[in-house]
Amino acid sequence: MLLPIVAIFAHTSPGHLVDQLSNPVVTDALEVSFKTSVIAQLLIVALGTPTAYLLATHRFRGHSAVITLVELPLVLPPAVAGVGLLAAFGRFGLLGSTLDAFGVHLPFTQSAVTVAVAYVASPLYIRQAIASFEAVDANLRSASRTLGAGPARTFFRVSLPLARAGLIAGLALSFARGLGEFGATIMFAGSLQRVTQTLPLAIYAEFDQDFDTTLAMSGVLVLISIVLLLGLRIGLTWRTGSNSRRSAFLYGPSISN
Amino acid sequence: MRPAAGRIACGEDVWFDGAAGRFAPPERRRVGLVYQEYALFPHMTVRQNVEYSRERRADEYLARLGISHLADARPDRLSGGERQRVALARALARDPKVLLLDEPLSALDAHTKVDVRGELQELLPSLEIPVLIVTHDFEDAATLAGSVGVLVEGKLRQLASPADLVSRPSDPFVASFTGANLIHGHATVDGDKTHVRTSDGATITFPELLHGDVVLAVYPWEITISTAPPPDSSALNSIHGTVKTISELGHRARVTLGSITAEITAESLRALDLRVGRPAYASFKATGTRLVSSSPVSEA
Repeated sequence: MLLPIVAIFAHTSPGHLVDQLSNPVVTDALEVSFKTSVIAQLLIVALGTPTAYLLATHRFRGHSAVITLVELPLVLPPAVAGVGLLAAFGRFGLLGSTLDAFGVHLPFTQSAVTVAVAYVASPLYIRQAIASFEAVDANLRSASRTLGAGPARTFFRVSLPLARAGLIAGLALSFARGLGEFGATIMFAGSLQRVTQTLPLAIYAEFDQDFDTTLAMSGVLVLISIVLLLGLRIGLTWRTGSNSRRSAFLYGPSISN
Repeated sequence: MRPAAGRIACGEDVWFDGAAGRFAPPERRRVGLVYQEYALFPHMTVRQNVEYSRERRADEYLARLGISHLADARPDRLSGGERQRVALARALARDPKVLLLDEPLSALDAHTKVDVRGELQELLPSLEIPVLIVTHDFEDAATLAGSVGVLVEGKLRQLASPADLVSRPSDPFVASFTGANLIHGHATVDGDKTHVRTSDGATITFPELLHGDVVLAVYPWEITISTAPPPDSSALNSIHGTVKTISELGHRARVTLGSITAEITAESLRALDLRVGRPAYASFKATGTRLVSSSPVSEA
């Protein structure tokens, strides 16, 4: 498991890695990746959380069909997802002309990267969110209602705090998946430096030009992933510290700062 | 769950009216509900649980239920009895018009159960609001309630005080729920009394005149057990049989003889030297026998 990661750092000296950080290809890719990832994850949380809550707490006709639909991007090959997005939002796509009428042109823009990342990464968050909301005892929700709290207050005071650890874990997975997104992005958004070229796309573009730059960017991605993961775990430990017995995603109190 | 039709109201407040299309969501009904497993919010302290309903009188209720010292504890650190008191305080802090307890004692072990039942017995009458308790245990109902409704498959069989349920059970189910032995038999009038031939083959006397198929009820504590045949008397019924089981609990013992269960003292159990498989007589007063079902009834 560790060998490829060790190999990346063995090949690059830390000094060279830092030097590469000022390479415009790297900085541009970093900026594009960061911007699109953050917006995509915000979109996923904003739309995915209510969807997951609804699916976890209500049973209705077509319930499992909706769940299948939500999970679909997970099993779709990313390249196929990209083609699908192009067929939907492209100039000659299903919604293309409608969007054109509003002056919106999506494919091969930075927004297209965001859409591709959100589309591909969303199931990881939503699946975990559904499971986390389902794990909250339904009696707690109805107890909250009998105590005078409406549905919204019940959600924010009871369901959300109890599902929080799971939601954060889901977000970490979805973020990691989104950061590594390649197939759907290159099909739907292309690989234009400064605009749509994310870190994975830049790695591929530089691959036959400058292997050292490739390695440096890979190193950066590995570091981002590790920092992200550790950050989430520290955050979880800190926020649930008084609530000793929740350990789905954190291990022990060894992390302290 | 929303009823299909009907009307539910508490005093002036209409909670549901099928005809008028009214339905009050739970947060708008002033009901204090204590769940079987208490449903305390695990991510909040005891105080936060009690304060949840926005009533700012948490301290008063914590003190009243004797749990002020637990105010900052999390529910997962509490014992079953303590959890129930927190659930009660939380429900009462909502200032309800009626309090519902769903099987309040079933989640507790036998030892705690007796203590908590005692606490509830003290607390409930002091609340000045109606309290509705759901239970499968007649002893719990009789201890805690002034009036007991026996529900079978959604239908109310009898609504009466615990004492009245015991002395005048309306049907065999109520009699057996309150702990009575049921004796099935066929009644025939013989002179100025009724003889009932039981399904076990014994003949017993019933003080009122009737005939036809009957079900009679006798409570375990009205039955005495003897190894020698009791004096032959029309005022005393006796059934002969072999001892099937003996279970002793403290200074009381329950002995089953055929289909009859008797409750005797542990002392008399020793004195009689009762053993499983040995013959014995169960006797009870003819006047202590209650008729709970008869068909067809015909007064002679």
